[in-house]
Amino acid sequence: MRLSRLSRATLGIVTAVILVAVYVPLVVVLVNSFSTSTSLTWPPPGFTFEWWVRAFQSAGAIEAVTTSVQVAIIATVISLVLGTLISLALQRFDFFGRDAISLLVILPIALPGIITGIALNNFFRTIMGVPLSIWTVVIAHATFCIVTVFNNVIARLRRQGTNLEEASADLGAGVWTTFRLVTFPQLRSALLAGGLLAFALSFDEIIVTTFTAGSGVTTLPIFILNNMFRPNQAPIVSVIAVVLVLVSIIPIYIAQRLSGSEQQHR
Amino acid sequence: MTDQQPAIRLTGLTKEFGAVTAVDNVDLEIAAGEFFSMLGPSGSGKTTVLRLIAGFEQPTSGTIELFGQDVTKRAPFDRDVNTVFQDYALFPHMSVLENVAYGLRVRGIGRKERNERARRALASVRLEQMAARKPSQLSGGQRQRVALARATVVQPKVLLLDEPLGALDLKLREQMQVELKEIQRDLGITFIFVTHDQEEALTLSDRIAVFNDGRIEQLGTPAELYEHPGSRFVADFVGTSNLLDDAASHELLGRGGLHSVRPEKMTVGGGETGADVHNAPGTVVETIYLGSGIRIVVDLDAGSRVSVLEQNDRHRVHDDERGDRVVVSWHDADVISLATSESVTDAAAAASV
Repeated sequence: MRLSRLSRATLGIVTAVILVAVYVPLVVVLVNSFSTSTSLTWPPPGFTFEWWVRAFQSAGAIEAVTTSVQVAIIATVISLVLGTLISLALQRFDFFGRDAISLLVILPIALPGIITGIALNNFFRTIMGVPLSIWTVVIAHATFCIVTVFNNVIARLRRQGTNLEEASADLGAGVWTTFRLVTFPQLRSALLAGGLLAFALSFDEIIVTTFTAGSGVTTLPIFILNNMFRPNQAPIVSVIAVVLVLVSIIPIYIAQRLSGSEQQHR
Repeated sequence: MTDQQPAIRLTGLTKEFGAVTAVDNVDLEIAAGEFFSMLGPSGSGKTTVLRLIAGFEQPTSGTIELFGQDVTKRAPFDRDVNTVFQDYALFPHMSVLENVAYGLRVRGIGRKERNERARRALASVRLEQMAARKPSQLSGGQRQRVALARATVVQPKVLLLDEPLGALDLKLREQMQVELKEIQRDLGITFIFVTHDQEEALTLSDRIAVFNDGRIEQLGTPAELYEHPGSRFVADFVGTSNLLDDAASHELLGRGGLHSVRPEKMTVGGGETGADVHNAPGTVVETIYLGSGIRIVVDLDAGSRVSVLEQNDRHRVHDDERGDRVVVSWHDADVISLATSESVTDAAAAASV
């Protein structure tokens, strides 16, 4: 597409402004994590590694990271298993209510987190009588993490069609063998992309987590929120924030590379 | 082994998709070792019959027997038939060798033996040097041969081929036709070949079933179908026909009914005489140069438009031009009488050029 000089310049400026608005605050956080000031003042009065050292020695911070990683891994595994099964059911079999179920599966990702949070909190405590714990957080996260896996897998299944599975059955493979040798290998990259997104979603989730975490269960985002405005803790939060950004970039980058390379193959 | 049993016996086979009857009460026996073709336009039910035999679809009613055994209810992996798919359906994440060895692998045959047998199968389609490649690195013709090797390595009793040559260009297709025929002779197994290409069916088959609207319109050897088409549909679909409707038959043949004359049985020039020769004057509408032959389209004064195929040989003395007055001749023995069950009043379809 050809654009005039003026519109190109305008679009360039708009893009630059948006990127600056998004990324400058992140840079500020990065700089603050090395600042000698304890109250996020700008410009930073001096340079120090103290906060990084203290952050890595802070029991609370390390525990929060551990909790978040645990929650994210378990929620992702649940999503991978259930998301794949749902996609297979909806794509390969025809049954009454199929479209409705498809909608119900996708809905949780569109629902405001606060609604999911309140609903699950209410459901767990008053209806099920289950005390909130790390597991209620896992279940809550899985409700929307499933969607990323489901979307990736069902798109792949749709594109693939059933030819390869028919060929496998034709050559004598049973249902399970066909899944293991043909269907699953075809889904591998879709599962990886969906799983990484699910992990990233769960890892920095805060709203639903707030409503479903038991006392004493502190995920990383909650830890940050709690410590952000405490005196002398702000720089440590900055350190954690920088680490979080780095951790989040990796799966998103890999997921994007995967889906990008697949589009080229088509 | 019961060699006297037909390889495939279909009895009252019917398949409905919702309100559409794709296959309508088909009875069919295919002999062991036969190269059998199912020919028809798209939507005529031929592919559905193939998928029913393979087990990918369950019939609404009727039975499928394989060498005398009822396999109607069996899953695809439990039937001794293998399919070469239209799009080949090679597993993209496996090498060519792994693809060919797949059927042996799922039967629990050890790696060493299955690789050896797969290599032999690849050698038989002259692709042994491609064993390590991925299917995406092969040409269309090579993929086709891999699909063939993959389906034959497990030594099925019946091989189903779903328009396997459809995606290939003309030269390659003709070459593959010869190879298919050779492979079928070497293996001695039954081939059931689905195609919409009548020429391909005539070239390859021992017998052909012509499908129309979910039914078998006619069953016979290529020569039978070509020389004695039983209906207007078959006359029209298998080869080219000059169809003469009731009125034209009265005028040109002196008797009523629906008739057909093949273009190559007609000559232009009026050199023919004899008791059984029909001569009809007309005007040349078009002459089409085909290389080995020349197609001359003539509007007969009697009202029909016919197509005449003349050999491009030394007997041809002059080229007819558009607008030339000519006499078209044919022997009465070459006139095929067609069943008149179908509409014969459709004058527009009287001549198929």
